[in-house]
Amino acid sequence: MIPQRVKEGTPLAAPPVYTLRGVGKTYARRSLVALEGVNLDLPRGSFSSVIGSSGCGKSTLLKIMAGLISPSAGSVILADRPVLGPRRDIGMMFQQATLFPWLTTIDNILLPIRIRDGRAAARDKAADAMALLDLVGLRGFDKAYPAELSGGMAQRAAICRMLITEPAVLLLDEPFSALDELVRDFMNMELQRICLEREATAFLVTHSIAEAVILSDTVFVMGARPGRVIEAVTIDLPRPRTLDMVTSPAFGRYVTHIRNLLSTGSQS
Amino acid sequence: MTTFDSHDADSPVKDTIWKEQVSPIDSIPRPIAIAGLGLALVLVWQLVTVSGVVSAIILPSPAETWREIIFVGTNLVSGGYMLGALWITMQEVLIGFVLATLIGVGLGVLVGETRFGERAVMPYLIAIDTMPKIAFAPLFVAWLGFDISSKVALATFVSVFPILVGTAAGLNSADRNALNLFRTMGASRWQTLIHMKMPAGLPHVFTGLKIASLGVMAGAITGEFLGGGKGFGEMIRIAASQLHTPRVFALILYLSLLGLAMFGTVSLVQKKLIFWHKDSRDAGE
Repeated sequence: MIPQRVKEGTPLAAPPVYTLRGVGKTYARRSLVALEGVNLDLPRGSFSSVIGSSGCGKSTLLKIMAGLISPSAGSVILADRPVLGPRRDIGMMFQQATLFPWLTTIDNILLPIRIRDGRAAARDKAADAMALLDLVGLRGFDKAYPAELSGGMAQRAAICRMLITEPAVLLLDEPFSALDELVRDFMNMELQRICLEREATAFLVTHSIAEAVILSDTVFVMGARPGRVIEAVTIDLPRPRTLDMVTSPAFGRYVTHIRNLLSTGSQS
Repeated sequence: MTTFDSHDADSPVKDTIWKEQVSPIDSIPRPIAIAGLGLALVLVWQLVTVSGVVSAIILPSPAETWREIIFVGTNLVSGGYMLGALWITMQEVLIGFVLATLIGVGLGVLVGETRFGERAVMPYLIAIDTMPKIAFAPLFVAWLGFDISSKVALATFVSVFPILVGTAAGLNSADRNALNLFRTMGASRWQTLIHMKMPAGLPHVFTGLKIASLGVMAGAITGEFLGGGKGFGEMIRIAASQLHTPRVFALILYLSLLGLAMFGTVSLVQKKLIFWHKDSRDAGE
């Protein structure tokens, strides 16, 4: 499949690293259309979010993008190659940190390397893992077991584990929604810093409009039955974003606009 | 509606004022409570034997039993024939336990990991598990003869099922996120099993091992009752047939110490191996 190319001279700065065309998912047995005709372009180094009510198919969409389930229609292309299954250039993070309690923090971070390339390769990457711990502010916790980490610290370690394979795209499935609100705001700002620092392409699934707006360049608003993208809202706020911006009139307009889209989407 | 309201008015809240009600017997320190209850039981035992309600052949006096405990203990410590018998029973128990662990974990992985195992093998295993396994003892003696192997077989047979069930349950206890994470890492089925499902399931496996460590002893002794040999079970059988009841009590006591040591060892290994699991950390206490 030939990837969709951005035409010469278009104002878009970066070509899309991730492209979805006409992606749909139908569960024949339950005759349920979970997703229909989803088109997405994620430019390199951009931050995008998808927001929608429960059951709008955003989790299905994320699983398709991660190569965990196959779409029944359309194409998913990452870095010029179709996604046909889990790939090492896709990093993923879940609501739970899912650190393994029998491994130290550093061994948890190195686990993806150890699984793919063996124990020796993991040893060679130890210095990278230490650098990542520094990046997320967990210096000195390499030998700690997950039971000794707080919820926020565990998610920082999970960020390191996601980044250790140097993925082309980060898929984030409500990564901080289990944390309390203060920690969550802080972690979101940390996430932005890390993404800017590493020029990462990120795709976030969230329930929170405010979180989507403060973090994203583009917010994809989804509607249910069938799950589809209603509108791609471009968020034109300067980078780096700060928590103060939530009080700005522009932020308020975006939130109101998205809330209206969501309420009309759920009525249909 | 009104009845509901009036019922609500004299709700039990008024009656249960926050008052710590501790009975005097619960405020006794634990070691003293344990020792006190033991002493009381021995006292009742002594009274029953002195009263002559029960014949000394059926229930020997505490003093007589104590003498026999010392006698058996001396024989064991001085390396007498009883130590030889204990060693034979220990061998049966240990070999039986190791075999049960290997077979139980192996079948547990088959059942917990494969569709075929879950759909086709499991029904047979459940069918066998519902049978009274001790009843197989004469068969094992007929098949394997009167030496140690028939007792090992029964000991294994009795203790394999808790390990099997624990392993299968453990493998199925892995959480969805962890499974998805391993899929995103591109882990093979074998890697997922070794790096995630097995360690995550170890607490369940150890629950099975602890139950098995007690059952394996019952299997070996039953085997000796029916299949002869030179083990502790045979000594109990002979003592009982000679109506030497104090000896029977003493031998049972030493067997229970062996069982306690087995259970304790398994708990200790669990505590060391699954240091990250809260319930397992407390297991050794």
